[in-house]
Amino acid sequence: MSATQKVVVRGVNKIFPRKKEGDLVVLENIDLSVAPHEFVCLLGPSGCGKSTLLNLIGGFDRPTSGTVEIEGQAVLGPDPRRVFVFQEYGIFPWASVWDNVALGLRNLPKGEQHQIVQHYIDLVGLKGFEKTYPGELSGGMKQRVAVARALAVKPDIIFMDEPFGALDSLTRLQMRVELLRIWQQEKMTILFVTHDVDEALQLADRIVVMSPRPGRIAEIASVRLPHPRDLGSSEYGKLKNRLYELLGVSHSI
Amino acid sequence: MSNWPFIVAGAAILTFLLARRLRDPLPKVLLPLAVAALFVACWHVTCELMTYPYKQPDGTIRWVETFPNPWETVLGMREPIQDGTLLRFAVASVYRVAVGFGIAAAIGIPVGLCIGWFSRGAQALNPLIQAMRPISPIAWIPLAVLWFGVKDSAAIFLIALASFFPIVTGTMTAVRSIPVVFVRSAQNFGLEGFELFRRVVFPAAMPQIITSLRMALGIAWMVIVAAEMIAVDSGLGYLIMDARNANNYERVVGSMITIGLIGVGLDFLIRRLEKFDEVRWGFPNERELVTSDSLRIALGQEKVKTAIWGNLMRPGTFFRAR
Repeated sequence: MSATQKVVVRGVNKIFPRKKEGDLVVLENIDLSVAPHEFVCLLGPSGCGKSTLLNLIGGFDRPTSGTVEIEGQAVLGPDPRRVFVFQEYGIFPWASVWDNVALGLRNLPKGEQHQIVQHYIDLVGLKGFEKTYPGELSGGMKQRVAVARALAVKPDIIFMDEPFGALDSLTRLQMRVELLRIWQQEKMTILFVTHDVDEALQLADRIVVMSPRPGRIAEIASVRLPHPRDLGSSEYGKLKNRLYELLGVSHSI
Repeated sequence: MSNWPFIVAGAAILTFLLARRLRDPLPKVLLPLAVAALFVACWHVTCELMTYPYKQPDGTIRWVETFPNPWETVLGMREPIQDGTLLRFAVASVYRVAVGFGIAAAIGIPVGLCIGWFSRGAQALNPLIQAMRPISPIAWIPLAVLWFGVKDSAAIFLIALASFFPIVTGTMTAVRSIPVVFVRSAQNFGLEGFELFRRVVFPAAMPQIITSLRMALGIAWMVIVAAEMIAVDSGLGYLIMDARNANNYERVVGSMITIGLIGVGLDFLIRRLEKFDEVRWGFPNERELVTSDSLRIALGQEKVKTAIWGNLMRPGTFFRAR
């Protein structure tokens, strides 16, 4: 089975030792596999360990027990083939948009580098801002830089940790549309952490619903709706109710 | 008693009152000038008030000022300005500070980067640095003279020592407070070793390094005067000591003012560093700072003013109600 899977997480536990209050179990017995080119959302309230799980898969942290494998190989650390997009952007304020996007391409010959950087800057709609510094960009534009920087290295997997969390709701919607367009074009695997039910429903092929303390997978829901999704359809509504139920909040207020 | 200080003070106060109504570049120049003028006026008045009685040989009493007034100070500086001593000494002082500060930065920044980055390095070296730091550079003067003699190198050594510790500590703190997201991004894109330092650690720490350089330069400029009083026979510090020995207090005060003005100039120069594109993100934008208007609203002064005026101006207070 694992041969056809991109990411396989098996029996993962993550415990943060604490002196006074006793050890904190952040993740308990997590099993998850992600297929190539799949768009998977990790959905849950804050403190459910979804970001920790993403960090484990991305190689920024090690599980206390259990294994994380990507293409059959244990994850030992971060890798340029698998790129993170952070909520706080993670782009460098001391470098221009161009230099930020070129970060992962620094070992390529100049001509090739130039072509790729320009391509992805255009793709995320930042043409004309190549020489601008991030401090002069809006939140949405900064996140576009982060996405372009990630795409430029042609990654197999993109990890997104609440990437649109700091944006206003209109920009967020627009970014989702563009992310889907890019995903359909570039066909990478995306693991996307969010606490926003609508965001998960609009983006994901599958939604991993997590429950907090200790972080566990409550359910994995498949979203079998073609893109672009009709947010008013009855299926969408049903799924949404189901997700809210799983998260333990009443949808009707 | 002369009356010009009162005219100057009046003009300064008028400027303060008018400044609120002026458009922006003007108050930026006018307000500091007004403060300076007010300061000089107060200085002069204080000199005239602080006098002591001096019994002259013929038995009459003369009231002697205990402190040179502004004009006497200017006159006291005439000679060192005209014969070029002031310029020569100022250049000597600035040269020593530049060299000593340059050495401190050249050693301090890399050392600070390293002990900030490698946490074992900080654990090992930080206690030593923190123990050396509070030793006043002035306490090193005897050793400096012993090692280097009464020469430029003694003063330069003291300046380098004085600016080294703030630079190391500032750089170390800067590195230790780099947001983890930058380091993770860098690692994610495969940056390692020297390249990680050059492309991420150094630029991310740069704004705080510049702030520590600015502090260090201020300290260096303070220390140079003390160093020159003992360790060399030229420079502005020496000028003060020399004037004191000649009982020329006008020149003492004049040298002090010169030191202050050059200090402002040095600070202005080093603040230019904050304007570069690569570091501007680390310094608050003037637009984002609290403006006097927003402060006034936050403090509710506007409301208080309306309440007072509104009530005073109500018919019945000053005007007869109809």
